[in-house]
Amino acid sequence: MSGQTDTSRVVTNPTGEIESRPRKLSRAEKRAIAAKNRLSSPAASVIALLIAALWTVPTLGLLITSFRVESDIQTDGWWNAFARPLFTGYNYVSALETGLGDNFVNTLVITIPAVVIPITLALLAAYAFAWIPFRGRELLFVAVFALQVVPLQVTLIPLLSLYVDLGIDGSFWTVWLSHTMFGLPLAIFLLHNFMKDVPASLVEAARMDGAGHVTVFFKVLLPLLVPAIAAFGVFQFLWVWNDLLIALTFAGGDATPLTSAIADLAGTRNNAWYLLAPGAFLAMAVPLAVFLGLQRFFVRGLLAGSVKG
Amino acid sequence: MTVLTRARRLALLAGGLGLALAASGCATAEEAGVDEGTGAGTGTDVTGAEIDCSQFDQFGDSLDGTEVEVYTSIVTPEDQPFKDTFEPFTECTGITVNYNGTKQFEAQLPVRVQSGNAPDIAFLPQPGLLEQMVSTGEVAAAPEAVAQNVEEHFSEDWRDYGSVDGTLYAAPLGANVKSFVWYSPSAFEEAGYEVPQTWDELIALTDQIVQDNPDTKPWCAGIGSGEATGWPATDWLEDVVLHELGPEVYDQWIAHEIPFNDPRIVAALDRVGSILRNPDYVNGGFGDVASIATTTFQDAGIPITQGNCWLHRQASFYQANWPEGTEVAEDGDVFAFPFPQIGESAGKTVVGGGEFVAAFADRPEVQALQYYLSTPEWANLKAQATGPGWLSANTGLELDNLTSPIDQLAAEQLQDESVTFRFDASDLMPAAVGAAAEWRELTAWIAAGQDTQTTLDNIEAAWPAS
Repeated sequence: MSGQTDTSRVVTNPTGEIESRPRKLSRAEKRAIAAKNRLSSPAASVIALLIAALWTVPTLGLLITSFRVESDIQTDGWWNAFARPLFTGYNYVSALETGLGDNFVNTLVITIPAVVIPITLALLAAYAFAWIPFRGRELLFVAVFALQVVPLQVTLIPLLSLYVDLGIDGSFWTVWLSHTMFGLPLAIFLLHNFMKDVPASLVEAARMDGAGHVTVFFKVLLPLLVPAIAAFGVFQFLWVWNDLLIALTFAGGDATPLTSAIADLAGTRNNAWYLLAPGAFLAMAVPLAVFLGLQRFFVRGLLAGSVKG
Repeated sequence: MTVLTRARRLALLAGGLGLALAASGCATAEEAGVDEGTGAGTGTDVTGAEIDCSQFDQFGDSLDGTEVEVYTSIVTPEDQPFKDTFEPFTECTGITVNYNGTKQFEAQLPVRVQSGNAPDIAFLPQPGLLEQMVSTGEVAAAPEAVAQNVEEHFSEDWRDYGSVDGTLYAAPLGANVKSFVWYSPSAFEEAGYEVPQTWDELIALTDQIVQDNPDTKPWCAGIGSGEATGWPATDWLEDVVLHELGPEVYDQWIAHEIPFNDPRIVAALDRVGSILRNPDYVNGGFGDVASIATTTFQDAGIPITQGNCWLHRQASFYQANWPEGTEVAEDGDVFAFPFPQIGESAGKTVVGGGEFVAAFADRPEVQALQYYLSTPEWANLKAQATGPGWLSANTGLELDNLTSPIDQLAAEQLQDESVTFRFDASDLMPAAVGAAAEWRELTAWIAAGQDTQTTLDNIEAAWPAS
């Protein structure tokens, strides 16, 4: 890391010349510097800003719409709010009056276990696939990974009949179990790859010191895996939070989450569609906060394992 | 890098917020269009209403403490009046009614039925779905008590739509009438226009409006409705087919006994086009003919209140879309007249829609609720609870209980024995036609000026082979 700071200081020298050469740069480092030069040029910055702005415009529009008065929303687009500013928080009040608060809690109740359960199971499975040799390991791993190919839509009706037979339909269990099932193949695959990347010497050294599987897992591997877990956690969190299909099929009645409640928010004949903007913004708030809060983790998690040493 | 972007991001954010704050005005409750209460509270409170409890004795004495699930496509805020009318029922019988509404009803119901998780009672919004559900073998035939009520209180047309192969499965619930043309009585009075009784009078009036008001267009229309864009155009076509060719041809058309592109249907669509595709007649307040395709049906009639448009064909339920404070009455700001008769031979007819109560269980508590929903007593309670915007084809429904004049007019038409009722054709045709090809092709017919014959040929080609 310190080498990187060195070179970056060299490169950002205002004259643009490389003044000092503390050591000979490797080819990879030279390439990195070239890429960095290209990416931090003013033109690239302008383009990046432009993309960022374009990317933000729909969200901004949604935010502005959510605060406009009903008749304005129905008459023209959100950009007219700049010319004719008239804002209100009543849309949020009426959206919440329909009971969105309960659905918000439901979504939390659904999301947290639906993230924790697959990660826990996948960690154990990934450890076994990576560090416990057993017969048919490769075959089983390929089989698990191949499950990703199955579109979850084909499983909806058989799963639901299973749940009905078990007598747990309409409860949170069905949603937790379904999200766990659909999330596990990817989770096992990702975590397995991260675990495999941990140098074998590290694990062997721990073994030599007398550590069993449990100690190796908790003391050696888990601390190294935190970024990977966070990365998958963010993925799974966003997926479960925004999921409508599984929620519609399995979570009825009292377990209805935000997404399906918002789908119904506009009313039977859609004449309350102005409520959709505040509803959507309420639903976005938590994922947005999670993403902004864990952004650094997220990027680090994606990079972890891709760069060695 | 991180530091730079972060600073820029903050600067942008601060700039944006500053701009918004500097330019913002805060709306009052009135400006924001906030209703008093929850927005659905326009009806009377019926939760404490007294009903005759002895009528439920016939379902045995083991009702207390049982539960019935009702699964529907009717969601907030229209669900509250339903829940309110269940309270006197619960009071009498001790049956708890679990109301479960979702707009994904039509997609989810088959999933639930197939996986053995069928609801006790479902409100089916169209007879086609009833037929599909009955074919799964899971729907219970209507109990004797319900059949008697339907016999007594509903017309034959409605009874037939609740039956499959001669067996009554589902009693009708709510109803709406689609054959209406909205107009502004006050504007008509000012200009000295009369409500037209026949198609020729309607066209004459349209021409008169064109002549008198060069700045406005006589008709406004909008067929935009998200993924269902095009359905208001199907209603136009249905109205003309039924009012010109009569119920018999209409039924044949639905049953595909005559092709979708029958020359008579071509002529009917051309008749629709004589208004909807006539640049002199449309699209008041919005623009040219093509703007019909981009205007949402919710907004399409609003120009009438702004004086930019005179006539708008839309169902009775459109009354919910008028801006706050618009008076819906025969001498008010807006009202509707029945879609005028076109041919002498067709007789008096009306196109409409409604829901049907199908049961997937035959437990006594389920039958008790089915029975309750088919009584005139319930229809009257429901009408009181809802206020404007709900009616039923139940002949025991007293018009005085309907607070909105347009609901009264619609109910009068449904109860009038000389008026033939026909269900919305696109809801009865196979989904590939009525909920796909017809929408798509009629949208192209308006937006892209697609030729009438081609349009109907394409719809005919989409009809499933079997």
